[in-house]
Amino acid sequence: MTSIQDGTRRTAAELADALAAGEVTSVELTQAHLDRIGAVDGAVHAFLHVDAEGALAQAGVADERRRAGKPRSMLDGVPIAVKDVLATRGLPTTCGSKILEGWVPPYDATVVARLRAAGLPILGKTNMDEFAMGSSTEHSAYGPTRNPWDLTRIPGGSGGGSAAAVAAFEVPLAIGTDTGGSIRQPAAVTGTIGVKPTYGGVSRYGLVALANSLDQAGPVTRTVLDAALLHEVIGGHDPLDSTSVDQPLPGLVEAARLGATGDLTGVTIGVVTELGGEGYQSGVLARFHESVDLMLAAGAEVVEVSCPHFVHALAAYYLILPAEASSNLAKFDAMRYGLRVLPDGVESPSAEEVMRATRDAGFGDEVKRRIILGTYALSSGYYDAYYGQAQKVRTLITRDFEAAFAKADVLVSPTAPTTAFKLGEKLDDPLAMYLNDLATIPANLAGVPGISVPSGLAVEDGLPTGVQILAPALADDRVYRVGAALEALLAREWGGPLMDQAPPLVEEGESA
Amino acid sequence: MIDLLSFEEALEKFDPALGLEVHVELNTASKMFCGCPTEFGAEPNTQVCPTCLGLPGAMPVVNRVAVESAMRIGLALNCEIAEWCRFARKNYFYPDMPKNFQTSQYDEPIAFEGYLDVDVDGESFRIEIERAHMEEDTGKSLHVGGATGRIHGSDYSLVDYNRAGIPLIEIVTKPIKGTRDQAPEIAKAYVAQLRELIVALGVSDARMDQGSIRADVNLSLSPAGDGALGTRTETKNVNSLRSVERAVRYEMRRHAAILDGGGSILQETRHWHEDTGITTSGREKSDAEDYRYFPEPDLVPVAPSREWVEELRGTLPEPPRVRRSRLQADWGFSDLEMRDTVGAGALGLVEETVASGASPQAARKWWLSEMARRANDAGVEITDLGVTPAQVAEVQRLVDAGSLNDKLARQVFDGLLAGEGTPGEIVAARDLAIVSDDVALGAAVDNAIAANPDVADKIRDGKVAAAGALIGAVMKEMRGQADAGRVRELILEKLS
Repeated sequence: MTSIQDGTRRTAAELADALAAGEVTSVELTQAHLDRIGAVDGAVHAFLHVDAEGALAQAGVADERRRAGKPRSMLDGVPIAVKDVLATRGLPTTCGSKILEGWVPPYDATVVARLRAAGLPILGKTNMDEFAMGSSTEHSAYGPTRNPWDLTRIPGGSGGGSAAAVAAFEVPLAIGTDTGGSIRQPAAVTGTIGVKPTYGGVSRYGLVALANSLDQAGPVTRTVLDAALLHEVIGGHDPLDSTSVDQPLPGLVEAARLGATGDLTGVTIGVVTELGGEGYQSGVLARFHESVDLMLAAGAEVVEVSCPHFVHALAAYYLILPAEASSNLAKFDAMRYGLRVLPDGVESPSAEEVMRATRDAGFGDEVKRRIILGTYALSSGYYDAYYGQAQKVRTLITRDFEAAFAKADVLVSPTAPTTAFKLGEKLDDPLAMYLNDLATIPANLAGVPGISVPSGLAVEDGLPTGVQILAPALADDRVYRVGAALEALLAREWGGPLMDQAPPLVEEGESA
Repeated sequence: MIDLLSFEEALEKFDPALGLEVHVELNTASKMFCGCPTEFGAEPNTQVCPTCLGLPGAMPVVNRVAVESAMRIGLALNCEIAEWCRFARKNYFYPDMPKNFQTSQYDEPIAFEGYLDVDVDGESFRIEIERAHMEEDTGKSLHVGGATGRIHGSDYSLVDYNRAGIPLIEIVTKPIKGTRDQAPEIAKAYVAQLRELIVALGVSDARMDQGSIRADVNLSLSPAGDGALGTRTETKNVNSLRSVERAVRYEMRRHAAILDGGGSILQETRHWHEDTGITTSGREKSDAEDYRYFPEPDLVPVAPSREWVEELRGTLPEPPRVRRSRLQADWGFSDLEMRDTVGAGALGLVEETVASGASPQAARKWWLSEMARRANDAGVEITDLGVTPAQVAEVQRLVDAGSLNDKLARQVFDGLLAGEGTPGEIVAARDLAIVSDDVALGAAVDNAIAANPDVADKIRDGKVAAAGALIGAVMKEMRGQADAGRVRELILEKLS
């Protein structure tokens, strides 16, 4: 391997060190990743838009800063990809929907602005389920993304593009968003790391809302330390987001470095009774229990905790999310931006007729399904029975977490109930699709942070599985400490990171 | 077109119940949820940003000054101020509404349960306030082509989003009953005196003609003595105080005609037409209209501390009606004089003019006659005329000192409006000062006597009243600038 090809296999922390030491330039790194995208993305389809020119220009400027001894951050010059749900000035932002085809935002999301401020060249925008509705990225209006471990399988969703891009070594870092598991579940099924920060820990300004009270942007990486480094770049208070937390982030990189020693002495780990057992694939559970055993052996105390209201989480989630989404998506009306469709056979259509035709043509089935659900749940006469009741469940789930965190420092469970399923397998069965988020949804309802760390390959299909580690709100450092510890413990078992076991992509074989 | 019942007959058979919803556009420097400026009359779509345009991803942040203004309005209306309240989304589609939901307040208003006592014909009538809540304005649609300026029949529509997101306070009364024949007058008085309060608070431009105060008039009738509330209509677009009164009167007569004919009232929105003085049906507003309100998840609750509330209470101005009675007593105005002064929007101007040294009657005279006429001719509010109370007081001082008479004073006002400088400078530049110098006057008197020998004879014969004709002649020669009193004395001296 040449050093440049090698660059795509290295972690962001390693690349940052290499840039700081002058061993490589950002332009070289950026070009290497663009080449990798060119080689494999035809098969993976992780990207909706690649901005080679822009990324190389940003890399060039980053190199100048490095040469002048004035890097903007530790990650200055390390390339990144951004989920297409975040507004990027001058770069198309579609949210995976036809209705936003061709829209180029005139402003940057705060997360994007912070990436730019820290000097990370943005390679492009990654694929996603339309408006982040889905668990497989099959609901993208621009075609599905494929899982780099098996191109016949889904990469999870809605952030399948970001996870697959990282898993396919197209980029070392990516930004995802997590409303019910859209960062963590793709991480689990692609063998990568995904972090959903505390609600309000990362600004939502410029994140095209799916469900405002649940959405949270976060890091998608191949190592826990990389996630911590990225989290510290994008996190922290933003005056443009009233719901953002106005206090400093805990030391995340520090926590990840501490965890990397593999020592968990003094840490109490709670295994959540309700997040396991029925509905979970046996190979997923087996890897989960191995991980728990490893943590126990590393000095952690392990307790079982019950969160009885978690069984209602999915139902509550599928009322709150569609309710908020139905209102958020009302703005897509052809009046100011995006798609405009004129109705067939109408001489001079009214504004209402244009809105109707545009929304009919521009939204996919899953989006329409949730708009209808949400509209119904908010309707007068049904509000109390649906939306109101769901909010009460939410409160009960938050209390479950409080009680559980009184007994344990972190809670653990499998991230997703199954490994990656085949493309098309669950496309006609929305309920089966929704069940993928069974274990991840409670954290969004309560606003607590969580990480998914690869726990190995399921025996029955040889596909990646993940462990989810949850911590109390604002204690994001705990997910990094325990996540890094588990990562280190498993790497010792495997003799290296799980990604080393990923099969080469077809194009690699051809080019070799 | 239905035949209306006469107002008297309507009242004979029915009792009116009023409900008034007044939207007050705040005069904050920036919008309700973003930093865009709010100036009226800018080029279309120049005061916009991702948030007020409803671009995907943009988020709102509450304007603290707007919350403060809302609380001050609430306190001035004797309302409770919520310890904790939220914004809510009111969902409906309309092209001039960027997000297709309006960020408003629903069941948790910032202020509630208050009242405003209004003076009507010297009597006080208490209007109970149900709530005052915060919300954002929509954009403005301009329908091009077609005869009506309405969306129906137009060729195309343009939307200006400069107004989108401007903070509004909506003030809603409880049903106002027992007004009987005074209903139209009470409705008008309420809006007028609410406006006065808003002006005193300084939280809005309070210009009905520019839409910074907009009134919706709800009206229902019930059979006389019945007591229950009938089906209401909501009349929008009522843009002047006079229209409030007319719209109530019209709707009372229209409802009465329908009910009297055995029909029933359709619960709907109606449009007021200033030119023809009638209302027409707008969209039907039945129970089926469902705004699907829910708490705005992008904003955190507003929870004003009690210390903040009390601090704001301390900033409240003297209530307008208290101020009115105080000033009326101080100035010794009759009820009619006071009402005219308030009606002309000149209360503050007269007050400042008096404070600058003029007598109350003189101040009233200048503002209500001369200035009101000039404002009317120029088509501007009297406050925007460009003459200050200090200038009026200065002119009056010159009159009191005998340097000017009323006629000359009017020429000074011409000069002031033409920007010719201070009253003193104008008097000098235009050479307007009254001449009381005996040498100059004596010559003019001699000329007048010489030109009118028969009149002079009459005066010599003791017919002193005839002096008027000679004074007129002197004034004419002196271009009105002679001191009339001194001229009379000189004439009588010379002809005695």
